Amino acid sequence: MEKRVRFKSAWLPWLLIAPQMAIVLVFFFWPAAQALYQSVLQEDAFGTSREFVGLANFERLFSDPGYLASFRITALFSALVAVIGISVALVLAVMANRVVRGATVYKTLLIWPYAVAPVVAGVLWLMMFASPWGVVSYALQAMGFQWNHLLNPNHAMALIVIAAVWKQISYNFLFFLAGLQSIPNAVIEAATIDGASPWRRFWTIVFPLLSPTTFFLLVMNVIYAFFDTFAIVDAATHGGPGKDTAILVYKVYYDGFKALDMGGSAAQSVVLMAIVIVLTVFQFRFVEKKVQY
Amino acid sequence: MIERRPVLDFVSHAVLILGVVIVAFPVYLAFIASTQTAREIATSHPMSLLPGGNLINSYQLALWGGKVEGGGTIAAGWPMLWTSFVMAMVIALGKIAISLLSAFALVYFRFPFRGLVFWLIFITLMLPVEVRIGPTYQVISDLKMLNSYAGLTVPLIASATATFLFRQFFLTVPDELAEAARIDGAGPMRFFKDILLPLSKTSMAALFVIQFIYGWNQYLWPLIVTTSEDMYPIVLGIKRAIFGEIYVEWNVVMATAILAMLPPALVVMLMQKWFVKGLVDTEK
Repeated sequence: MEKRVRFKSAWLPWLLIAPQMAIVLVFFFWPAAQALYQSVLQEDAFGTSREFVGLANFERLFSDPGYLASFRITALFSALVAVIGISVALVLAVMANRVVRGATVYKTLLIWPYAVAPVVAGVLWLMMFASPWGVVSYALQAMGFQWNHLLNPNHAMALIVIAAVWKQISYNFLFFLAGLQSIPNAVIEAATIDGASPWRRFWTIVFPLLSPTTFFLLVMNVIYAFFDTFAIVDAATHGGPGKDTAILVYKVYYDGFKALDMGGSAAQSVVLMAIVIVLTVFQFRFVEKKVQY
Repeated sequence: MIERRPVLDFVSHAVLILGVVIVAFPVYLAFIASTQTAREIATSHPMSLLPGGNLINSYQLALWGGKVEGGGTIAAGWPMLWTSFVMAMVIALGKIAISLLSAFALVYFRFPFRGLVFWLIFITLMLPVEVRIGPTYQVISDLKMLNSYAGLTVPLIASATATFLFRQFFLTVPDELAEAARIDGAGPMRFFKDILLPLSKTSMAALFVIQFIYGWNQYLWPLIVTTSEDMYPIVLGIKRAIFGEIYVEWNVVMATAILAMLPPALVVMLMQKWFVKGLVDTEK
């Protein structure tokens, strides 16, 4: 859709977009270009000499078992966060869409974790799983299960997945609820008259109609798990034990700012950029044009 | 409701109540912990689920800092809350302002490279701050913006989603309004100020809620651009309280956590209508 009426001015539009363009060029494109440039350079630890090394940083990266492990960790983490978060939120949204009484109250009580900072989510769950006095770890111990996220990588992973899911449920819930409310009642009524049970109605009508929302949420949850959970990891496990919960973003930060390997960190940034580009393209190709089945 | 199924109704309420309890439980615990003393928390197994008598002391320490029994010093949270507030406001208002202007330019003017400008903004979606932290840090450092509000906020202000939201909205504004304004002799800025801005109030309010929360909860970026304590937002205060301490003062950490989540949670609860609209509009 284009406007019929336009204002004419040679300089005004430039003035209007100047603030955004200035920020975009200085803080987005310049650093992105720097990352690309640095990713093909080798710099010594003092920053005194630089040398063009081509794709050596990438070769080094992909032959580094630590980096490949970080890839696997991130894949596992985001898959768990997305699948668990989406499933739980879907159940809650379907229930909230069913009930008549108290629907608004439930909605209000379920959406506020969105406002909680990831670092706070991490600290809250860290406290609940703290040994030996944390409420959940104590309960697990009482049942004969020894919880120790400081030593056991699976426990550490479980801890950050739980915190990340807890924080993301409200987001998924809202989108599912909006999706459910946009399904025309007539379709459901017709199926009911034909004698379809609620269970059958859900799987043959409601769920397929929710597939665009589910797909959108899948992409958004993966983006969330990749980029917005840094604070959860930093607060709850610090990437440990060892490097067992060091997701990719954590590793970029650690290698760049703690280990001071700028070339390696820049190469990792470039890989991450490629991942975001793929995810964004996915989101727009399939979500904007609505997945239809 | 299509048909009456009392059993299913019961199950629905049970599941929802369980969901609400799970969602609320950690925050309840955080509050409970903030009412106890650090010693009480560490020595009772499990920690007590009932409020203790140390509420005032915990929050006093969290807000104004001071020495604790264990020998450590707690930094005052009050200045950090202020930093968070300024940061969230500048990011939210800044995003709204520059996005309104650029969306206005994109919709109501035809100028060379308009398509290119549009794409340059679009691509920023693919460059979240997390993937360019190293080089962006260098830019900020070269511009001498470390440890300043400018460094904390400006790199987070540009927003493709906000620009697209306003662009989308402007496209639905009837052409007749601009025509009438032009016939009345109003220039573009007059039209923008007197007609477009009042019409955009709803979108602005919705966007404000989302962006305020986004700004308030920023963590990774402040972690690298602030090295001096007086520029720490409150979320970094939490990190600092749990790391590097031999003996974690959990009551103060939890009091700080409660203080850090209160403002954005209030914004969501009080502006729920705008919040939902903002979320759905900006993401789609």
